[in-house]
Amino acid sequence: MATGTAAWLPFARAAAIGWMPVASCPMPLAPRDNSKKKDELIMLNVSGRRFQTWRTTLDRYPDTLLGSSEKDFFYNEEAKEYFFDRDPDVFRSILNFYRTGKLHYPRQECISAYDEELTFFGIIPEIIGDCCYEEYKDRKRENLERLQDDQEDNKDMKLPNMTIRETMWRAFENPHTSTMALVFYYVTGFFIAISVITNVVETVPCGATPHHKNMPCGERYTVAFFCMDTACVMIFTVEYLLRLFAAPSRYRFMRSVMSIIDVVAILPYYIGLVMSNNEDVSGAFVTLRVFRVFRIFKFSRHSQGLRILGYTLKSCASELGFLLFSLTMAIIIFATVMFYAEKGSSSSKFTSIPASFWYTIVTMTTLGYGDMVPKTIAGKIFGSICSLSGVLVIALPVPVIVSNFSRIYHQNQRADKRRAQKVQKTRQARIRIAKSGSANAFLASKHHGLLNELLELTGTEEDEQKLIRNTSLLESQHHHLLHCLEKTTAHEFVDEHMFEQNCLEEALQSYPSRSPSVSSQGSCTICCCGSRRHPDPRVPRGPLQELSALHIQSNHRQPANLHLRSNLNLRAEDGSRVNCKGGQVTTAIISLPSPPSLAPHREASPSKGIAPNWCEVRS
Amino acid sequence: MDGKRLDTISERVDAAAVSAPDSIEDELELSTVRHRPEGLEQLEAQTRFSRKELQILYRGFKNECPSGVVNEDTFKEIYAQFFPQGDASTYAHFLFNAFDTDHNGSLSFEDFVMGLSILLRGTVQEKLNWAFNLYDINKDGYITKEEMLDIMKAIYDMMGKCTYPVLKEETPRQHVEVFFQKMDKNKDGVVTIDEFIDCCQNDENIMRSMHIFENVL
Repeated sequence: MATGTAAWLPFARAAAIGWMPVASCPMPLAPRDNSKKKDELIMLNVSGRRFQTWRTTLDRYPDTLLGSSEKDFFYNEEAKEYFFDRDPDVFRSILNFYRTGKLHYPRQECISAYDEELTFFGIIPEIIGDCCYEEYKDRKRENLERLQDDQEDNKDMKLPNMTIRETMWRAFENPHTSTMALVFYYVTGFFIAISVITNVVETVPCGATPHHKNMPCGERYTVAFFCMDTACVMIFTVEYLLRLFAAPSRYRFMRSVMSIIDVVAILPYYIGLVMSNNEDVSGAFVTLRVFRVFRIFKFSRHSQGLRILGYTLKSCASELGFLLFSLTMAIIIFATVMFYAEKGSSSSKFTSIPASFWYTIVTMTTLGYGDMVPKTIAGKIFGSICSLSGVLVIALPVPVIVSNFSRIYHQNQRADKRRAQKVQKTRQARIRIAKSGSANAFLASKHHGLLNELLELTGTEEDEQKLIRNTSLLESQHHHLLHCLEKTTAHEFVDEHMFEQNCLEEALQSYPSRSPSVSSQGSCTICCCGSRRHPDPRVPRGPLQELSALHIQSNHRQPANLHLRSNLNLRAEDGSRVNCKGGQVTTAIISLPSPPSLAPHREASPSKGIAPNWCEVRS
Repeated sequence: MDGKRLDTISERVDAAAVSAPDSIEDELELSTVRHRPEGLEQLEAQTRFSRKELQILYRGFKNECPSGVVNEDTFKEIYAQFFPQGDASTYAHFLFNAFDTDHNGSLSFEDFVMGLSILLRGTVQEKLNWAFNLYDINKDGYITKEEMLDIMKAIYDMMGKCTYPVLKEETPRQHVEVFFQKMDKNKDGVVTIDEFIDCCQNDENIMRSMHIFENVL
């Protein structure tokens, strides 16, 4: 039963009177309300705090603890109340769920305590309303992370049966898993530092010696530096190759940022090796050495903060873009203005608009080198406006970036956001399933109702007891309502699977002489006493091995028409006769002849209401 | 309906405020409309429900609609929950118009309980009258084929797509034809209230089914 509309069910049932004049078949009987309990106040004692509510309020959700007979286990005879030894504060939210239909999550409650209470009272957390669901999920995720962190400390035992490749990859990704990995980690870190320092020191002038003038150290001690460089590159190459070997997905590894940085760091060396001291390309070679500075980025594997910074910049791309765009706009505007303002003055440095760009940038970022200054009054006025606006333009997007960084730094998980997306989908899916459960419940209850009837007729006690299903009064009333609708329109609800099968079969059969649905003929001669029609009598349906007993009423219009379902498979017994109460039915197993041979049979009968795959049997 | 008292703050705003712009007043009015029904005794006199039943009905009603009135969208939502497989909105629209006897666009507790009283405790004549009123969309006293077709389509819409046998396009129309064949005695293309009541009273099935919901409350 859908949430919270139990109050409207009597209304919906009453409104069904609107279908009665339209329907051509009589309606099924309504389920009797045998309990006939007066609506009474129920006392719930939760750890000493007493709550009271109407019984019907609790009955709204029959699949929870309070709405079902499970609460009878907690009934206290002497005090005539239900006693629960649980937290009364959380119970408030739970009882409010029954009253209002919405479940709220109180922010000050611990998430695991709340979850436990929900599970105890049989309420699924997905029902939490949209107002509180975000908070609930966030807290739950944090809790999960905390549990995972605790577990990870215990997880560092060697998992058995890992190949060398997997062990290596694990060692690379988590340096603290084994001593070897830790050693490797520190060694590479050390060599990165060495390499960077070497690059820097190379350019420092080393002091004059008698036979050399003042030249940078790199040129003085070429061999030493070359050896150092070689050693570092050797280590980096080995590391890269090892990582490439150990990576579970080589293609993905090669595309990752870190691997690109690795490659860029070691390539210049090899290119330099390949190219000999050719004068022409040595200029280009020197430029390539610049790329050696990228080795410093290799440190990001060693530093979490660096990675977060990189991620922040990536995620703030739009703010950065906005900053850049607005700066560019302002630069162009002010450069133009300054150029035209300074055009008049002689020996002005503002020779062209692009030349003024430099002045504008330096002024807007409040650097003020002073290599270009305006000389005219107009120029000075606009120059001051420029510097003031520069402060504003730069100050605006920067706090956004800063707050972004701090937020991400605290959250620290991008994968969790992706996980949250999936959770949202599963939440919706679960609610949808619970709601569509009501539709399926109707179809399922039809099966059971049918089987119950059959077994009543055949009279085997044990089978009957096996099948009696405990539907609540609300559910049975709702199902009765849907049944009335079926009767009115003379069509039945089927589930999607069945529907598609039917469509397929209709497409396959495609008889030109196939008569339209029985209901439209007006001679609705089939009346069922609560039984379900077999969807396609020609094709035996595996899962639906059930007997359809037809209670045939002699129709006052066409007394000669008695239709019978053919090809029935009895579940309980084979081929037995079933006596429907007061009916004139014989059920038999008849295998239908193929349809073309039915055509003459059909023409012979005067009625228009026979579908070609039914045959007549008179009892 | 007589006796409705609408609680709005706008009156107090008028008294207190000097020059509040109109839009704010309208907003306030909309957000604080609440409806209190007539007293229990009056409703008891006007309907066939006992005091206890009225209490139960009102508690359920007020729980679902704290403001005391149901507008059409909420009504459609509530009704649609009972028919998960199909689309109940058109039929809910017709139902809403049938219940909303004073046609003010919202269903108050009085409308609700009056309708229920007829449907659950009324005589067969009254029930048939109510059904006629439901089918007669423009309330002119005649059911035309178009009106019936609309109602029929709305009912079939509630079945949804997955039915056996498969719903065809012309099924509602054919059903309407059957209905008119049965009801329209003088074949003038419309069904009047007398034809309708006459015909229904002569039909066993319909008479029997009028009584099945009597023990609903």
